[in-house]
Amino acid sequence: MVNVLERLGHEVNYPEEQTCCGQPAFNSGYFPEAKQVADHFLNTFADADLIAVPSGSCTAMIRKFYPDLYQDSPQSQVVSELSSRVFEFTELLVNKLGVTDVGAKLDGTATYHDGCHGLRELGIQDAPRKLLENVEGLSLVEMDEAQSCCGFGGTFAIKFPQISTAMTQVKLGSASQTEADYLISGDPSCLMQIGGYFSRQKSPIQCLHIAEVLDQQ
Amino acid sequence: MSQSTNPTTQFQTDANRVTADDDRRSFLRSSLRGYQTTRTATQERFLNYESARIAAGDAKWEAIENLDIYLAQFADKLEARGATVHWCSDSNEARSAILNIIKEHDAKSVIKSKCMTTEEIHLNDLLEKEGFEVVESDLGEFIVQLREEAPYHFVFPAMHLKKEEINSLFQEKLKSINTNDPEELTMVAREVLREKYLSADIGISGANFGVAETGMISITENEGNARLTTSLPKVHIALMGIEKIIPKLEDLALMLPMLATAGTGQHLTCYNSQLGGPRQDDESDGPLEMHVVLLDNHRTRLLADPEQRDALRCIRCGACLNVCPIFKNVGGHTYGTTYQGPIGSVITPHLRGLKDWKHLSHSSSLCGACSETCPVKIDLHHHLLRNRRDAAGKGQGMLAEKILMFGFTIVMRRPWLYRLAGRLGKVGHVLTKPIHGTRIDPFYAWKKTRDLDDPAKQSFKQYWKSRK
Repeated sequence: MVNVLERLGHEVNYPEEQTCCGQPAFNSGYFPEAKQVADHFLNTFADADLIAVPSGSCTAMIRKFYPDLYQDSPQSQVVSELSSRVFEFTELLVNKLGVTDVGAKLDGTATYHDGCHGLRELGIQDAPRKLLENVEGLSLVEMDEAQSCCGFGGTFAIKFPQISTAMTQVKLGSASQTEADYLISGDPSCLMQIGGYFSRQKSPIQCLHIAEVLDQQ
Repeated sequence: MSQSTNPTTQFQTDANRVTADDDRRSFLRSSLRGYQTTRTATQERFLNYESARIAAGDAKWEAIENLDIYLAQFADKLEARGATVHWCSDSNEARSAILNIIKEHDAKSVIKSKCMTTEEIHLNDLLEKEGFEVVESDLGEFIVQLREEAPYHFVFPAMHLKKEEINSLFQEKLKSINTNDPEELTMVAREVLREKYLSADIGISGANFGVAETGMISITENEGNARLTTSLPKVHIALMGIEKIIPKLEDLALMLPMLATAGTGQHLTCYNSQLGGPRQDDESDGPLEMHVVLLDNHRTRLLADPEQRDALRCIRCGACLNVCPIFKNVGGHTYGTTYQGPIGSVITPHLRGLKDWKHLSHSSSLCGACSETCPVKIDLHHHLLRNRRDAAGKGQGMLAEKILMFGFTIVMRRPWLYRLAGRLGKVGHVLTKPIHGTRIDPFYAWKKTRDLDDPAKQSFKQYWKSRK
């Protein structure tokens, strides 16, 4: 992500004090705990013009759920301002910076998996596809039910491993039907789930984050 | 459904069994795929489906926000036409009210059309124990009744069964001919049921909507069985949850197509009947008595919750089940509830207690497919999150989780500790290598079915420093 943004002429800074957005606690229902972690995020990123996040899920946490967490708090104004400066990587490129071709090259066939948070909380659907269509040598094939969940869901994957895995099994079926070389997604957590299962099942499909693809020259 | 007393254990056990059954899961998926294709096509016939969803949500919202007024209006109108309205605060009251009506008429047999609310109050069990013959007349319900099991899906009660299984069931229970032809199987059921309509003393139905303006119940169906159930027997009893109210008759013009579209992918179902009282003096048919039993059963508890009361807008179309990846992989019986799927996971903790039913709110990846499809725009997946918050707030989380979350907060607020944890993680990874993949591996729940990459040799932070 850093390479791509710098290649496009942007200055990228990485606040080294950053940790986590707090979503694991939030999704488990531990809101006060999540808010403590969110406080740290707000302090760390207070001065950033634009915040680029290589994950639809973390972006959704900050943009959609932080305002809920800080609803009746004195910081609510700060939070809503900061939320509007947070972008998922592909929407930053396409919707904010107006870039759809980053000059990347990758040979093969790929299918794109929509992470649920990016898709349904943020409405990101076209941006990653536009970017991938312009990757030289890459052809994009839609898989069946590309928009159905991969089965990760945070602690759900550990609390209900049988259901979580069954969902990924369905995903493997859909991805395999496309005969794609790569399954690409904008969410590291989906990729950990899908990649982990595909690798256990010895699937030849390689799982890549979209930033890795856009960085290929 | 396994007969376990603890709903969480029962859920986990049944989920294990169903997720391991590839054949049943793929059967379920292919049935729902057909539904999804038709539903999408029907939605496209609306001028603007999104506006229709908003309007439908608003109509229900108006009713829920003024439920006291509309319920009173509904009851007054019904009573003015000679119906009797029974107000029941819980399932025991509703069961007694219905039992008393049946006993007063010296009835022997009862015919029912599909009604999930009777499942909610376990009416069939009671009536059978009291010695009455109870026959379900909806084909799907008839089938699950013969199998002595609960409906699998609150709109498609027997969707889990293949035609071959129904064939063997009918041969065994009804001594029917050997056929896998759906039409012939339907005819077998029809022949049995026609007799039952004629001999039944009491007809029991549900209600999809209660129109306050006119004092009518509205019943949606495809088989005509509800019409026969509500008009042939001398007495008709309708059991209705208080949230089924809609303000005006003209609201049906929107609600009926929305229910059909979201529920089955039809533009309208084959039959929609509005019933506003027993047979009137100038009428030649219909029941001599009509009783409407209104059931609260903790719905008012949900009504008192300003964040989640929109769940009372639900029209029980089942669309959220049909798109839910959890439902598709664990099936309906696993939930152990009257209402399965996302809506069931949202409301059951309110209706039956958060402590015992909170696991349903956790057994979701919060993917949001349910909220995206809901025809009345209930914020379903966020309500699951709110139930999780309420459970954690009441200290109902597991001890291990509480400790984990405490540790998480400590570490994530201190960058030096976060870096240290990263380093310790790497050391820990090397040290625990001998137990990797075994049951005592801390990542066993993950690694049983999924690989996990080794920690990266260089963290991003280290890379960033080296780059500068």
